[in-house]
Amino acid sequence: MDVKAGPSKTTEGIEETARPATASQSRLVWWAFKKHRLALVSAWILAGMMLVIVLCEFVAPFGSRHRDAEYTTAPPQVLKLWSDSGFGLHVDGYTSEQDPRSLRITYEANPEDRVDVGFFVKGEEYELFGFIPWDRHLIGPTDPDDPMYLWGTTTDGQDLLSQVVYATRVSASVGIIGVLLAFILGIVLGAISGYFGGWADNAIQRVIELIMSVPAIPLWLGFAAALPADMNPVTRYFIITTILALVAWTGLAREVRGRFLSLRREEFVTSARLDGSSHGRIMFRHMLPSFSSHIIAALSLSIPGMILAETALSWLGMGLRPPAVSWGVQLQDASKWSVLSGAPWLLIPGLCVVLVVLAFNFVGDGLRDAADPYKH
Amino acid sequence: MISYLGRRAAYMAATLVAISLVVFVIINLPPGDFVTALTAKYNVMGQGLTEADIAGLRVRYGLDGNVFEQYWHWVTQIVQGDLGTSFEYERPVADVIGPRLGATIGVSFVTLLVTWGLAFPIGVYSAVRQRSIGDYAVTTVGFLGLATPNFLIALVFIYFSVTWFGSVPSGLCSPEWCDSAWNLGKLLDLLGHLWIPMIVIGTGGVAGLVRIIRNNLLDELHRPYVTAARARGVPEKQLLRRYPLRVALNPFVSTIGWVLPMLLVGDIVVGQILGLPTLGPILLGALRSQDMYLAGSIIMILSAVTVIGTLISDLLLGWLDPRIRMGIHQN
Repeated sequence: MDVKAGPSKTTEGIEETARPATASQSRLVWWAFKKHRLALVSAWILAGMMLVIVLCEFVAPFGSRHRDAEYTTAPPQVLKLWSDSGFGLHVDGYTSEQDPRSLRITYEANPEDRVDVGFFVKGEEYELFGFIPWDRHLIGPTDPDDPMYLWGTTTDGQDLLSQVVYATRVSASVGIIGVLLAFILGIVLGAISGYFGGWADNAIQRVIELIMSVPAIPLWLGFAAALPADMNPVTRYFIITTILALVAWTGLAREVRGRFLSLRREEFVTSARLDGSSHGRIMFRHMLPSFSSHIIAALSLSIPGMILAETALSWLGMGLRPPAVSWGVQLQDASKWSVLSGAPWLLIPGLCVVLVVLAFNFVGDGLRDAADPYKH
Repeated sequence: MISYLGRRAAYMAATLVAISLVVFVIINLPPGDFVTALTAKYNVMGQGLTEADIAGLRVRYGLDGNVFEQYWHWVTQIVQGDLGTSFEYERPVADVIGPRLGATIGVSFVTLLVTWGLAFPIGVYSAVRQRSIGDYAVTTVGFLGLATPNFLIALVFIYFSVTWFGSVPSGLCSPEWCDSAWNLGKLLDLLGHLWIPMIVIGTGGVAGLVRIIRNNLLDELHRPYVTAARARGVPEKQLLRRYPLRVALNPFVSTIGWVLPMLLVGDIVVGQILGLPTLGPILLGALRSQDMYLAGSIIMILSAVTVIGTLISDLLLGWLDPRIRMGIHQN
């Protein structure tokens, strides 16, 4: 940080005496953002989530196809440090008992059966980032065949923790990629609308109002229903994301339009025009950067809607489908009440949805408040 | 006022036409059309249709001819009240939807009233007692309510209801009351069933509305005219009632536009879990089996209800606020 003593000029050329230093716009935004405690915590949560997304094969104790038919719908285990056989990180194994009438299997923790747990243990082989072959996992049983299910298992006998980790990659990235797609549409149409005004503005605004007046989920459902059931999961993922984006761009376009509208008559725009800059250059080199922090805030605030929509669609069976795994797909497991009543841990993916949505909201709110550091 | 009314009504008509275009696209998205699907179904069942039957059906549904003719045929049928035939039920769509439309609108309407009834006092309290413990609690619950998908709320409800009471309250009435005539017992039974879907569907709406009312009222409370009135000794309660509350009511009305679709969508999700006799579960089933006339009609009806709701809210707003009526924008 370059701190100079005495009053100095800020980038806008205003004499500032309160803080005798110069700081760039981004640094001012950062200072303002830091004051928002909740937003800061949320930003850390999101950073952690990004790490999980990038390193998900490493973070997950088991591979995405791992299935243990011996332990279906087994309850979560507790990590322990001490047992009769001495010190060391471990979990208790299971004893199972089958009800003779309902055939339902119940599991109990069995302190006799100690499953040693370690960090950076050898497990299933995978390719990190898709090209680095490796077999270490952040946490896992020292003997890869032992059961270590910290968040319990699904009705199929898959490790819920691992599945949630893989689902995070899918669900969060649907939100992020979808918003980026929506953002391209929103920024181009919003810019044209706000910058040129006139009939183009009118037409675009009417279209936006139209799209906004149609309830979104039935629309999404309608489009998603047309996709063939046997579609390859990757194609389906991209099409679902695109469908979500096609409905969600309107809010962003409005935000962008408002900004362009208010900047249109500013002197720096006029001077750029007099210098002979093209419209495209004025819009995207001169005007857009001056409110990029607002755009980032708006982006962050639109991701939750996207994530919630994907979760609802997939849960209804109209979005992503197994073998693709997202939070919504996982929650399908919990929607039979006979299963759910005995296995509340199946709702953990729902907690992840709430946590991530809240985090994006708080970061977005914090950014929005901090976006204009000269306001006060 | 009349020109305002005319403008809004014309706009609503344009919206409905555009929605009908989108629904037509949705109906025609899956490969094949209604008659080819029906023919295939009958072939599987071993009773093939004759060429003449097929030709007759194609004329009946206007499937020969270009896209524009097909659209025109479909729209004119709709305007005359013929929504097409459900492939699954093999009955006219109107017959499938009819009995459930009432329940859907009923549940949505009651939920809307409760949503308002809850959101208004909570929002006002939260704004007037800004930064009190109550305000913080309201804001926290509101954030959670907006971040939780309503089917998750329903699942949590079901979990607790099964662990505590051992059963799930489903549907809108208990078996013993369903067929009886209306009386106090049936009404109480209905209320006993209604509160769960209401909470599940309404939470998001209440959270959103409380936030809007709180923000608007806070904006208003810091206006100079409020300070001026307070300086002249106007009692707090009267001060609040006289102007800020009235201004803060505006967005309340304008939210019919988005609360209504939110409730209808909540119904799609929640009706599924709680087994409500509403349109949501039918829509889902129709989409799953690509029963497109039925699905398209339901989407069309939901959208139309939303658009009409928006029109009503626009008219109410115009009546409440002359600035909107005259088309004068602020700033």
